[in-house]
Amino acid sequence: MDARSVILERISSSLGRTGRLNAEGYVPITAPAPEVPHAYRTASDLSTERLIEIFADRLADYNAGVARVSAAELPATVARLLDEADDIVIPADLDRAWVGEFAGRVLTDSREEPQPVDVLNAVGAVVTGSTTAIADTGTICLSGPHCGRRVITLVPDHHVCVVRAADIVEIVPQAVARLQEAGLSTAPQTWASGPSATVDIEFERVAGVHGPRRLDVVIVVDEDEPEAHAGTQAAAQADPRDSA
Amino acid sequence: MSTTFIGMPTVPGTGNLFERAPFPQVAQHELGNVQLRTNLTKATTAIRTKRAARVAELGDWEDLRDSGAAAKDVVLARLPELLTQFEAAFTAAGGTVHWARDAQEANAIVRGLVEDSAPLNEDGRREVIKVKSMATQEIGLNEYLEDHDIDAYETDLAELIVQLGHDKPSHILVPAIHRNRHEIRQIFLRGMEDADPNLGTEPRELAEASRKHLRKKFLTTKVAISGANFGIAETGTLSVVESEGNGRMCVTLPETLITVMGIEKLLPTIDDLGVFMQLLPRSSTGERMNPYSSFWTGVTPGDGPRNVHVVLLDNGRTRALADQHGRQALRCIRCSACMNVCPVYERTGGHAYGSVYPGPIGAILTPLLTGTDAEENSTLPYASSLCGACFDACPVKIDIPQMLVRLRNEGNVVKESEHGRLPKTQLDVALTGASWLMSDGRRMALMEKGLPLAKLLSPKAGIRSLPGIAGAWTSSRTIPRPPRQSFRSWWSAEHREEAREERREARDRAQFRRFEARSGAEPAPEAGPAPRSENQHETKES
Repeated sequence: MDARSVILERISSSLGRTGRLNAEGYVPITAPAPEVPHAYRTASDLSTERLIEIFADRLADYNAGVARVSAAELPATVARLLDEADDIVIPADLDRAWVGEFAGRVLTDSREEPQPVDVLNAVGAVVTGSTTAIADTGTICLSGPHCGRRVITLVPDHHVCVVRAADIVEIVPQAVARLQEAGLSTAPQTWASGPSATVDIEFERVAGVHGPRRLDVVIVVDEDEPEAHAGTQAAAQADPRDSA
Repeated sequence: MSTTFIGMPTVPGTGNLFERAPFPQVAQHELGNVQLRTNLTKATTAIRTKRAARVAELGDWEDLRDSGAAAKDVVLARLPELLTQFEAAFTAAGGTVHWARDAQEANAIVRGLVEDSAPLNEDGRREVIKVKSMATQEIGLNEYLEDHDIDAYETDLAELIVQLGHDKPSHILVPAIHRNRHEIRQIFLRGMEDADPNLGTEPRELAEASRKHLRKKFLTTKVAISGANFGIAETGTLSVVESEGNGRMCVTLPETLITVMGIEKLLPTIDDLGVFMQLLPRSSTGERMNPYSSFWTGVTPGDGPRNVHVVLLDNGRTRALADQHGRQALRCIRCSACMNVCPVYERTGGHAYGSVYPGPIGAILTPLLTGTDAEENSTLPYASSLCGACFDACPVKIDIPQMLVRLRNEGNVVKESEHGRLPKTQLDVALTGASWLMSDGRRMALMEKGLPLAKLLSPKAGIRSLPGIAGAWTSSRTIPRPPRQSFRSWWSAEHREEAREERREARDRAQFRRFEARSGAEPAPEAGPAPRSENQHETKES
């Protein structure tokens, strides 16, 4: 008997199921499965302004850089964050205007025309968008449009990630729902919370092992959103370098 | 095809799941290692503090635990349905599913896949890179591959420390927790041919050394092996939750990715990630979220490995599943919160448990996977003071203390039938006697009068062996020599004078109040309780 059949039969037996094996090779369930309570939070009533504040606080806690800008200010901010890079890589579907003020060479990458890994290893930085971001945990979720292949946000040592304020949610279940709504359930996903880090030596968190050692998150607040516009002053973050 | 199902015998797991010597023996040896205990205390204290702070932030933590525990119970109750659902989805997405009954079979499958896809080096060997994985440690994959001309490079910093130090992991999350920075520097200098001789002891420098050491391996190795934190039955998605980026490297860069996953690692739906991606990071490293999590579903052309395999591993899990009470141990998501709060683990370290699963969860999971009748693991359920901290910390509410007690009983049942004796009767007699004695203060006081004699009769170093079932207690503990007198008799002797004084004062106050009441004056406000009011109660009794 093959391993699959044996394991499925063992499970049926261990669960005390009796009756005939079905075509798949197990005895089907007859008793109802246990109920799963869903009393945990799945929604949030926080304002965009408050979400930005929390998100920025969490990122700073991870030693990531945080900048908050209007759409008009974005290209200049991105260029300033990239001032140590001679060349950068971006996903082919990224809005070119975001890196319009960067003076160096811009390489594009896509599934169809991927950059060799040696090139990615030598490039100064990567700029991407994000699908959604979780304020409570300081997490950016990279999957689908504007996020690129997984490797481009991994091999370069500096990642500049642009997050639209409207894409920030408060808690993890909301982000999981957003990713599903965007049809990305089976697409490759990377969730990043701060730069690469380890606690393996005496449980002391140190930044920088194998992933990008520098992460800058640029939060773009749409000027047309009245609520988000309200307290720009309060949430304006210091220069992202300060927290690094 | 439909055949009548006749039931299958349970089959114990194999691999790195056994005590090398009885726990009390190894524990006693490990307790003598001051460096080990210092390192462990420092690290577990740090994790405990962080975890407590992060858990306290979430108002719905208990709701998340309830949901997480129930979702895992659904996985176990519907395991055949969910496994085949996962298999269908993973296969439809271009992946290949393999099934392994035990460690040996899983190792052989992985070896075959590596031989098919990793090129032969000039020295006639092949190379794979690995993400830290409990399942592959459990089956002893690295050792097996080494014997078959395949070098498996661990890429997690702690695993690298363990591997280069020819050591064994002692914790499921931070396997080198027993090593401090000075020891790690020495291990790197000895084990890394490319290490800088001026390497310092700062964790930052040590992490940098590991980055340099592994970079080329990541960029050139063709095959990677991983475990999985979760497999989503609904979509066939696999995930690796990590910190350093070595996991992302392994699941993204090579051409072939082989994942070894225990059959219980499934979650029913994508929505369950909303719960488990909150429970796991906060419980394991005490962070709001771990730095990196990767999710992949089969093959995505142009993004990541072209050949994606998963090996679904039984290795004793169906044996644990057969135990109606014990099966809740299969909810475990390997967060390690239970070992970080365990007073026994903190003192003995992980090596004392023998199995790759140490600490409280290991003390129940290991015997459940291998059977309590496996002589090697029969002492594990006793590696606990039953304080209950592990249950409180467990994100999926595994009642570890209760399981430990059950497993202890199972072990006793086995021994009873072997030796033809019934220790239970002895215990019953002893407990009945104790209950009669202790339920009455006068009987207790009378027995305590015998203490001076008991002290005289017992050896100075304490009592090391008692007859009968009490011998099980003294086999690993020394009962201190009885004191000259009991606390009660000490107290009454010590406070006789004070007690008299207090009674006199109380009498005077009462008289004064009666006098005032009679003379029509305002009653004096109660001047607070008498200074030693709690003691009064004690003294009156004696």
